Amino acid sequence: MHIVDRRLNPGGKSFANRQRFLRRAKDMVEKAVREASKDRAIGDLDSPGEISIPSEGTREPTFRHTQGSRRDLVLPGNKDYVEGDLIERPRGEGDGDGSGGQVGRGDGQEDAFRFILTRDEFLSIFLDDLELPDLAKRRVAQTEKEGLRRAGYTTTGTPANLALHRTLQTSLSRRIALKRPKQSAVDDLERRLAEAQSRDEVEVERLSAELEALRHKRARISYLDPIDLRYRRFERFPKPVTQAVMFCLMDVSGSMTEHMKDLAKRFFMLLHVFLTRRYKRVEIVFIRHTDRAGEVDEDTFFRSAETGGTMVSSALQEMLKVIRERYDPGVWNIYAAQASDGDNLSSDNPQTRELLQNHILPLCQYFAYVEVSGPNAETHGYVPHHGQSSLWLTYAALQKENEKFQMRRVSRREHIYSVFRQLFQRRVAKTAEVG
Amino acid sequence: MRGELLYEGKDWDFGTIQRIHDAVADIAHKELGLDTFANQIEIITAEQMLDAYASTGMPLFYKHWSFGKRFAQHEGIYRMGLQGLAYEIVINADPCISYIMEENSATMQTLVIAHAAFGHNHFFKHNYQFRQWTDPEGILDYLSFAKAYIANCEERYGHAEVERLLDAAHALMPQGIDRYPRKRPLNLHMEEKREQDRKEERERVYDDLWRTVPGRARGAKQMAGDKRRALLGLPQENILYFLEKAAPRLKPWQREVLRIVRLIAQYFYPQQQTKVMNEGCATYCHYRLLGRLHETGQIGDGSFLEFLTSHTNATRQPFYDSPSYNGINPYALGFDMMRDIERIVREPTEEDRYWFPEIAGTGDEMEVLRHVWANYRDDSFIAQFMSPRLIRNWRLFHVVDDREQPNLEVSAIHNERGYRDLRRSLSAQYDVGGYAPDIQIVDVDLAGNRKLVLHHRVRDGKMLELTNAAMVLGHLANLWGYEVLLQEIDAGTEQVLKEHMVRPEQG
Repeated sequence: MHIVDRRLNPGGKSFANRQRFLRRAKDMVEKAVREASKDRAIGDLDSPGEISIPSEGTREPTFRHTQGSRRDLVLPGNKDYVEGDLIERPRGEGDGDGSGGQVGRGDGQEDAFRFILTRDEFLSIFLDDLELPDLAKRRVAQTEKEGLRRAGYTTTGTPANLALHRTLQTSLSRRIALKRPKQSAVDDLERRLAEAQSRDEVEVERLSAELEALRHKRARISYLDPIDLRYRRFERFPKPVTQAVMFCLMDVSGSMTEHMKDLAKRFFMLLHVFLTRRYKRVEIVFIRHTDRAGEVDEDTFFRSAETGGTMVSSALQEMLKVIRERYDPGVWNIYAAQASDGDNLSSDNPQTRELLQNHILPLCQYFAYVEVSGPNAETHGYVPHHGQSSLWLTYAALQKENEKFQMRRVSRREHIYSVFRQLFQRRVAKTAEVG
Repeated sequence: MRGELLYEGKDWDFGTIQRIHDAVADIAHKELGLDTFANQIEIITAEQMLDAYASTGMPLFYKHWSFGKRFAQHEGIYRMGLQGLAYEIVINADPCISYIMEENSATMQTLVIAHAAFGHNHFFKHNYQFRQWTDPEGILDYLSFAKAYIANCEERYGHAEVERLLDAAHALMPQGIDRYPRKRPLNLHMEEKREQDRKEERERVYDDLWRTVPGRARGAKQMAGDKRRALLGLPQENILYFLEKAAPRLKPWQREVLRIVRLIAQYFYPQQQTKVMNEGCATYCHYRLLGRLHETGQIGDGSFLEFLTSHTNATRQPFYDSPSYNGINPYALGFDMMRDIERIVREPTEEDRYWFPEIAGTGDEMEVLRHVWANYRDDSFIAQFMSPRLIRNWRLFHVVDDREQPNLEVSAIHNERGYRDLRRSLSAQYDVGGYAPDIQIVDVDLAGNRKLVLHHRVRDGKMLELTNAAMVLGHLANLWGYEVLLQEIDAGTEQVLKEHMVRPEQG
């Protein structure tokens, strides 16, 4: 009999098949993922989850019988029926008896097919065909960091890096090469010496000489010698950094309702998930503003309310300041997302525009502006300038000139995702100018 | 004779497995007279067990999305904790491969080894169905050939093309089985070589000049219908076989893929027909083997109790009105029938002597069982060996559900008048001919529009389910390349009940 241990075999044998299955059901899976993401809190977006897809398209048809006009059931556990008894037909087309359901069950199962997508699968479908604009530019930039990696062994080093296994290997081969007598050989001689002790003096003489020689040799050739020592060697290597910082700018003045903040939060979370998929390291900076701006932590950003006027430029100033202090544009990929209800002090508009155009956009990879409004905004029409806020008008001009700048409006939770998609839709034409 | 304990506690290592195997082998071969293929025991993780599930239990299989779907299904069920995994999977190969899970306790490993590596193994080696239809020596090689061949096709002709072909072939898989032996026995080793030879021959005789020779006008003589059908081997129930040999528009590689799917379907065919017997045999063997190990003091009382718990769970048969009733449990039915045979052979009652004169009281139950395992399949086994006593124990009854009657009728119960009826109708439920639709290719118009004609013989008004039938016929038409007509014909009256006509999608 053979025993074979397969546990260490590469797993994921079904991976290729699973890929094929997902590809096959792509459209339906995509739709299901969209649906599923509507109900999910955006914070849980990147956790794995069960989805169910209709079985059409992944159905495996075979010829099957319908139930036919006559069925024979043989069942165990008769209690009090006797031959010739009539039983009322159970409701639900004779499925009550549980048998013969073979056909029925088979079909029922096929209505929807439920299974679990892993986090990666979910996200890759969810964010499929979205692209971070201008990603390529900084990737080739000389933003390098040093890393350490293992590089063989060395004969010098600190005790902490002693490679025990390798050291003993060297020691073993040295001992073998120099023919260091083994302990067992010594033991053997000692035993023979003890046996010969009383009987044969010549033999005793010879053996003790031999034993002496052995012991001497063992003492000369040490078990572990300094030349055996090996240390793990590390070498430095340049590590290209892909890191990004994401600025979340939000107007927190009185005019922003909870609903609007919720919309903004969802948008920011989406952006965060998206960035973490593309960059190893993503930092987030939260800047909120009324007529003054300040950097805050996440909790304060979303929770606490402020009162005051609205000056968007203050937030931009703050952002510039943070960039200058902490995020060198040569090293960091900078993304910014601004959410606001569109209110701004009219006198502030020119300055806002100037800041954005001349100072911020040149530093950024991408700047997205989302204008949030109440759930019924479209029907009210209280916003001046034919439904366009003052900030919107200010920015609209920018959008035309600068590809890095995009803006969208959103008023309802379920639109967030599609707005997000529009903002990050893969832009085919852009590839030419990268490089 | 009291031996030493093979193991203590739950833990095991390879030494334990070897000891268990040897101890079990000793009893199996010397006392029960089992004769098995050499064993190969492979230890796998739960993850790998799920993988194996998805590809119908085989260690290597070609790639197809449906296996991914199956994997997702099982995984979902397993992760939600709705269902545990099987403790083992056993493959009908020589040497016989049993997969056991690392999570199993030492007792479970003993049970699994006794069950799979001896019970199933003996059954595979001796049952006439397996001997006739499978080639345990060649199966793994053939699967690896199939996997490589299909991967190769994917590279050459594209994923989409191969996937479409496999979809179609899978849909027709149940119609890709020979139910009666053809002249030549299968030899999977030769298959691979044959394909190789065929390719070489093609390359050797390739001569571009032939292309330029003007074709002769076909003799327009119409062959007589009967003669034509005879030449094509019609009627033919093995649709995949027919397509492989006769479909006019398939390329050679497509025929080979159809052949692969067909041969694999054929390999699994005996398993469908011997579910009750196969599981019954394995369960009966492990019951005897573990019992003996316990008697001889090789496993402790605690382990034996653990074994009995699993054994009892596996052979539980809920009554029809229990919420957990889910059809008849093949383990329970097979095991009970075999225990019953043991009883009949050893301590027959008057009734048994009347019903089973040829085995009652002969004294050596293993000899009888070995004969049974070798020469029956589920339906014949039940028809022959279901005893009145077992029918009473199970309290079986027969219900007739006739659509035209307002009520269901109990037509037989476990009494003198009912035994034969029950035995016959239970046996009929395990008859492949009963539950698989009887579909045959009856004619093809080779000289005219090449329409393929199939008949479905309808028994008891069991028509084909429409959506499925339409999809399968679509696949069939695509493979055939021309129109396909399926007529549903009542087996009694020869009346055409329904016609399905399908055209191929392209060209």
